[in-house]
Amino acid sequence: MKQIVVISGKGGTGKTVVTASFAALAEKKVMADCDVDAADLHLLLKPTIKERHIFKSGATAFIDKKICISCGKCRELCRFDAISRDFIVDTISCEGCAFCSFVCPEGAIKMRENTTGEWFISSTRFGPMVHAKLGIAEENSGKLVSLVRSKARELAQEENLDWVIIDGSPGIGCPVIASISGVDVALVVTEPTMSGLHDADRVIKVARHFNVPVKLLINKFDLNEEMSGEIENYAKKENVEIIGKVAFDEKVVRAMVEGKTIIEYTDNKTTQVIKEAWHALSR
Amino acid sequence: MIISVASGKGGTGKTTVSTSLALSLEGKVQLLDSDVEEPNAHIFIKPEIKNVENVSILVPEVDESRCTFCSKCQEVCSYKAIAVLPSKNGAPGKTLIFPELCHACGACSYLCPEKCIKEVKRNIGILEEGARGNVEFIHGKLNIGEAMAPPLIRAVKGRIDREKTVIIDAPPGTSCPVIASIQGTDFCILVTEPTPFGLNDLILAVEVIKQMEIPFGVVINRSDLGDKKTEEYCQKENISILMKIPFKKEIARAYSKGTTIAEGFPEYKKEFKKLYHKIKEEAEK
Repeated sequence: MKQIVVISGKGGTGKTVVTASFAALAEKKVMADCDVDAADLHLLLKPTIKERHIFKSGATAFIDKKICISCGKCRELCRFDAISRDFIVDTISCEGCAFCSFVCPEGAIKMRENTTGEWFISSTRFGPMVHAKLGIAEENSGKLVSLVRSKARELAQEENLDWVIIDGSPGIGCPVIASISGVDVALVVTEPTMSGLHDADRVIKVARHFNVPVKLLINKFDLNEEMSGEIENYAKKENVEIIGKVAFDEKVVRAMVEGKTIIEYTDNKTTQVIKEAWHALSR
Repeated sequence: MIISVASGKGGTGKTTVSTSLALSLEGKVQLLDSDVEEPNAHIFIKPEIKNVENVSILVPEVDESRCTFCSKCQEVCSYKAIAVLPSKNGAPGKTLIFPELCHACGACSYLCPEKCIKEVKRNIGILEEGARGNVEFIHGKLNIGEAMAPPLIRAVKGRIDREKTVIIDAPPGTSCPVIASIQGTDFCILVTEPTPFGLNDLILAVEVIKQMEIPFGVVINRSDLGDKKTEEYCQKENISILMKIPFKKEIARAYSKGTTIAEGFPEYKKEFKKLYHKIKEEAEK
């Protein structure tokens, strides 16, 4: 079993469109949507939820006003400015460190475990899918990503599948690190803009920092061919293989509006390039 | 006034809107790029950087010569950033620190009965400050391999000057880095695109902002691609659409070279000024 993650650094370069295409092309695979705080893969794969689980992680302080003597110890020591003048915890600022609960002389502060999201095992027309939804304004997305990945791996082992295909999130921080660690290859989807190159470079460095092999795909390459050339030069210099250059294609948006992958929607140059990219990635 | 620019979905045009807005306003303006994982605003603003600082968080360091390996620090650490191996058969124990897991709450050093834990700085990134014209520019750059963005975002926001019009370019998504960015701002612009992905993530972002009780409105970018569902959603939910920017290959091409709409297409400057006035009205409602 091999794991492939699709990441980008910069958001909106086409990760999910590419991942969904791979869902349509790969055989014997499980899909994992690890963009848990802005998940979109379900819009194209339309999963039927088979199992629904609560995700609990971290805690929030709660001050019992009946016991609190307003001594101010907690407020003085909290480094996250999470306790108001009238000793109410701001649940958004609270980092769940529990420092306040240890120092409260009256024992008035209790920690309450957070329900920070839900995760699902589903079936789709392309096979099984593991996905999640982070609760509103909740944290610990990295832990939820790790959980989705481990469930997807378990499923792949049980059902003797060849691939775990992971849709990652933008950025380079905690959820991205959680989605790339230990995968067999990370595909970076970029676009021919200065921002696209700048951000791809940073996420490629992160992948290499964690010893993950990287390949590159340039999306909408014809929007600025000079910039695409710069990205190709960069890739050569950094020894990153480019496995495809996809042209700007309005059909991608039209397929999305119809809730289909581009592979199902049409058969053209775009789908041909994506098919070749999948072959290059999976060989 | 402090205006944050967020989106849910990435790549919808947060940086396009925040940089063009900053360059369209007169008077003292401050542009903060709080997307410290992938900062891009500097590519468009091209500021002259005048100051670079390291940003660090405090992590524990144990003086093992005084440590009794009592495990108190391990017990009080909610992040599993400390592991204590007790002394055994006369051999001394060991206190292991995992700095990358530490949230710098300070509990371990304060509660150590031997007072043998001090806090030392661990760099997580840099903060750069500069200017271009009337726009003061500040951004953070998270170190490669670093997981935790919020402390660096808070450092960037520590530079907020309330005397100025402050614009914060936030990261995509709806989790901790976004919350750290938009918290305490007077108004939030949500930039979206009229596609199913754009709408799905806009709805998530709206839920977050409503919970945070921040006034907000929507800018629809590439407004003529996709479908009408985003506008229908905004009307139904009574969310103001502050501005629409049509898709133009020339705008996309200018963007690709690091040129803002305000500079590449100066006729848009008055649109961004109008956007600012609408925001002022909305924020005062």
